[in-house]
Amino acid sequence: MSTVIASSEDVHHPGPQTQERGQRAVFCGLTSIIWLHRRIQDAFFLVVGSRTCAHLIQSAAGVMIFAEPRFATAILGERDLAGMADCHEELDRVVSELIARRSGINRLFLVGSCPSEVIKLDLETAAAKLQTKHENRVRISAFSGSGIETTFTQGEDECLKSTVAELPVLEASKQNLIVLGTVSDIVEDQFRRLFDDLGIKDVHFYPGRKAGDLPAVGKGTRVIAAQPFVGETARALIGRGAELISAPFPLGAEGSKAWFEAVAATYGVDEERVQQVLEMPYQRAKRAVSVHRSKLEGKRIHLLPDSQLEIPMARFLSEECGLGINEIGTPFHDQLVMRGELARLPKEVPIVEGQDLDPALSRVRASRPDLTVCGMGIANALESEGLRTKWSIELVFSPVQGFDQAGDLAGLFAKPLARQEILEVGSWS
Amino acid sequence: MELTLWTYEGPPHVGAIRVAASMRDVHLMLHSPQGDTYADLLFTMIEREGRRPPVTYTTFQARDLGSSTAEMVINSLRESAERFKPQVLLVADSCTAELIQDQPGALALGADLPVPVIPLEMAAYTRKENWGAAETFYQLVRGLLSRQAPPPGTERPPREPGARPSVNLLGPTKLGFRCRDDVVEIERLLSSMGVDVNVVAPLGASPQDLQAIPKADANVNLCPEVSDLTCSWLARTFGMPTITTIPMGWGATRDFIAEVASALGLDIDVDAVGESRLPWYSRSIDSTYLTGKRVFVFADGSHAIAAARVARDEMGFEVVGLGTYSRERARDVRAAAKEYGLEALITDNYLEVEAKVQELQPEMVLGTQMERHIAKRLGIPCAVISTPAHVQDYPARYSPQMGFEGANVLFDTWVHPLIMGLEEHLLHMFRDDFEFNDSVGPSHLGSEGEGARAQDPSSGPGETDGAIVWDFEAEKELKKIPFFVRGKARRNTEKFAVEHGLTTIEVDTLYDAKAHFSN
Repeated sequence: MSTVIASSEDVHHPGPQTQERGQRAVFCGLTSIIWLHRRIQDAFFLVVGSRTCAHLIQSAAGVMIFAEPRFATAILGERDLAGMADCHEELDRVVSELIARRSGINRLFLVGSCPSEVIKLDLETAAAKLQTKHENRVRISAFSGSGIETTFTQGEDECLKSTVAELPVLEASKQNLIVLGTVSDIVEDQFRRLFDDLGIKDVHFYPGRKAGDLPAVGKGTRVIAAQPFVGETARALIGRGAELISAPFPLGAEGSKAWFEAVAATYGVDEERVQQVLEMPYQRAKRAVSVHRSKLEGKRIHLLPDSQLEIPMARFLSEECGLGINEIGTPFHDQLVMRGELARLPKEVPIVEGQDLDPALSRVRASRPDLTVCGMGIANALESEGLRTKWSIELVFSPVQGFDQAGDLAGLFAKPLARQEILEVGSWS
Repeated sequence: MELTLWTYEGPPHVGAIRVAASMRDVHLMLHSPQGDTYADLLFTMIEREGRRPPVTYTTFQARDLGSSTAEMVINSLRESAERFKPQVLLVADSCTAELIQDQPGALALGADLPVPVIPLEMAAYTRKENWGAAETFYQLVRGLLSRQAPPPGTERPPREPGARPSVNLLGPTKLGFRCRDDVVEIERLLSSMGVDVNVVAPLGASPQDLQAIPKADANVNLCPEVSDLTCSWLARTFGMPTITTIPMGWGATRDFIAEVASALGLDIDVDAVGESRLPWYSRSIDSTYLTGKRVFVFADGSHAIAAARVARDEMGFEVVGLGTYSRERARDVRAAAKEYGLEALITDNYLEVEAKVQELQPEMVLGTQMERHIAKRLGIPCAVISTPAHVQDYPARYSPQMGFEGANVLFDTWVHPLIMGLEEHLLHMFRDDFEFNDSVGPSHLGSEGEGARAQDPSSGPGETDGAIVWDFEAEKELKKIPFFVRGKARRNTEKFAVEHGLTTIEVDTLYDAKAHFSN
C-alpha cells in the first residue's frame, strides 16, 4: 500500500508562500523530552550535552517537575572535549550509575545535542555497545534532539523514528492502526472508545504508556497522525509498508470529525454507523466551542513559528471560531502531514516558513492583531506593548485533541481576550 | 562527563545575558545554535520583564556548519548594530559555537562596525553562569575605563573639601535575588549617612554611566558573585577601596555602616542611621520557640554566609549545615562553616544536597528553589534566600533582603513557614488529636506540605542497619513525638543504644536517650 494521495482539487492552499532565514526564536528538540518522559512511563532520557542543555530543559519545563525526573544530562567537560577522557568510557560509567539508581527504567534513550553532534560523538554506536553490556536489563538506543537539526517538537519525531526499526513485523493476514504522536492519557482513552464503537480493532498509540508497547508494522498497517510533527516517523513507517491516512488533525469539532471519518473510510466502516458514532460527540464539541465563539469571532490572529501546530490551529480558529488569520509562521513545512490541513485553510492566508525574528515582530507591531501566538520568551514583551498573546507551549502541554477537548482548545485562545475585558487595572492599549 | 539532574547555575553565556539585560544601551551578539534562545524566557517569564533581553542570536543550524556560520556572525553583528544602535556591542559564543571556533570576537573587531565592540570568552565547558556574569561585567568595565587609568602607583587624590562622599553599588543584576529592592534599600541607607550613590551597575546603568565609576570614593561589592573581579580591578587600577560587608541582617547592616564610614573617613553614629524591628521581634517572648531550631543553609556564597549569621545570631537558630553551589566562593563558605563547627557542603549536585538534608533532618531549610523542592518532599519548612529562584521569588511588593528593612523581611520570611510557638506545644501535648495534629502542617499555611508529611522521615530503618530493634511500646511512644523532631529522636536514641551496647530499644531507652542528649 502507498500513501493516500489527496486529489489535486482538494488542495486549496499551496502551502508556504514565503521562506525566511534569520534569527529563530524556537526551542530545540530536547524540549520534547518534557512530555515524552511523562508519556512513556518507564523510559529515561539521558541528554549528552552541555550545561546549556540541562538548563534549557529545566527552564522550559517552567515548574520544575520534582518527582525525580526521568531525564538528566551527561554534561561534557573540558576533559571530554580535549580527548583526555574517552567519551565512550565516560558514558559507560554514567549509564551504569544511572541504571543502578533507577531500577524501574526499562528503556534508556541517549539523546544527542548540539555539542555532541558537533564533536561527532556517535551515540548510536555507543548505545549499541551499552546494549550489549546491559542486555537483559534495559533497552538502549539513541536519537538527536540537537538544535542544529531539530526544532522543539521535532525531538519527538526523532525519538519515535529511532524506534521504528525495532517494531515487530505485522503478520501478512493482519491489520492494525497506529495513532502517531503523543496524546495525553485521557485523549487516548476517549479515542479508544470511539474506535471501539466504530468497530476498528487493534489500535496502537505510538508512543505508548510503556516503552515496550511497540506496535507491529507491515502491509496491513494504517497510520494516522495525531500530531503535526511526526513526518519523519510517518515516512519510516511507510518504508515498512504502512499506509498513511491523510486527514486534518483532530483539533476542534470539525478536525476531529474529519480525522475519525478518514480512518473509518479506509476501514470501509458503514457510513451510517460512522455518523451514528460521531454525531453525539461532534454536537457536544460544537456546543463547547460555541461558548467561546463570541469572544473570538471577528478577531485577528498572528501565529509566530514555534510548535508546528500553527497551521492546524489557524485552520481550527478560522473554520470554527471565526477568527481572521493575519499570518501563520511555521518553523518548517512538511507537505506529507499538512496536506489534510491545507485543504481546509482559506487560500489567501499567508504562510511563512522559517523565521527572521525582528522583521516578524515588526509585522506584528504594524498590524497589531488581537492575539499573537508565540513562544514564552516573546509573550510578555508583546504584552507590555499592549498586544494580547497566547503562549504556544501550552498548546503542546495541554490535552487539546478530540471532540471533548475542542471547547478547552477554544478556551485557551479566548482566555487572554476575556482577561482583557475583566481587568480594570492598567491598560493594554 | 558529569551526570546532572538539575543545575543550580546556567552556562556562562546566560551570565553574559544577565549583565546585558540589566543595562541600558548594551547589546549582546551571541553566536549560538537554534534553541539557545530559551534564555529569553528566564527574563520574560521568571522576572516578568516587559522586553526581550537585548540579545541577537545567530541560531545556526546543521546546514550552516562548515560554510556560512562566520557569515551569519557578520550579518548578525551588522544588523544588531543597525537595529539597536547600542553604545557597546558585546560579542560571545555559547557552548556549541565555542566548538566551531568562528572567533566572533575577532570577526567583530575586524568588521569595521559603527559601534565599540567588547569580545567575551565564555569558557562554556569549565565555567558557569555567575562566572559568566562576573567576567562580562569585568570586561565591560575594564574595556570602558582602562584608558582613564592613572599610571600605576599613582596616589588616589583625597576627596575635595566640601564634596559629598559617594560610592558605587556594584553587582546587582537581573535574575539576581531581590536585587531591585536591595538597591533601593541600600541607597536609602547610604543617603541617611549622607553618602551619595554615584553609579549602580550593572543594573540600570549605561556604558556611559560606567565611565563615571572612578569618580566615587569607594565601591560597594554588593553581589560578589558578579562584582568581585571588577571591584578588585578597580582597587588595583584606580586605588578605589572596596566595601566588602554584605549588609544582610541587623548586625551586618551595622557593620556595613561602620565599614563605609571608615572607608570614607566619616564620623558616623551607627545607632543614628536607622533601626530594624528584628532585634525586638527576636527578643519578644513569642520568639522563644525559635531557640535552637536546627536549620540547614544552602545558597550562593554570599547569601549562604550572610544567612547563617542571621540564623544563629539574630534568630537564635542552630545552624546544622552550611553550603554553597558556587565553587568560586568555596573558600569563604568553608571558613564561615568553621565558625559554626561545621564542614561546608560544596557541591552543585542537587542529589548530594538532598542526601545531606535527609541525613541532618533539620527543622528548617534556608535555600534556593532546589532546596524548596527537597524540603517540600521531606515535609520540612523552607524559605528561599538565594538564586536560583522561581517566579514567586520575584514578588510585586517591596521585599529587600539587605539593610534594616531587609532584616525585617528576613525575620518575617523565615518565621512564616514554621509552626507557631504555642501551637507547637499543643501538638506535643495532644499527639492523638484527630483534628489538630502535626501531619496537617502549620495551621496558618493551609495544606502546604501535607502530602510530603505523609511519608514519615523517621520510619524505616535508621543508620544502624537493623542491628538495633525497637520494641512495640517504644515504637508507639516514638510516634507520640511530633513529626518535626521525631527523626532526630529516633537517631539520637539509636546512637545512645549503640553507645551503650543495647540491641533492643524499650520505652525507657527512649527517655534515657532524651535525658542524655538534653544536656
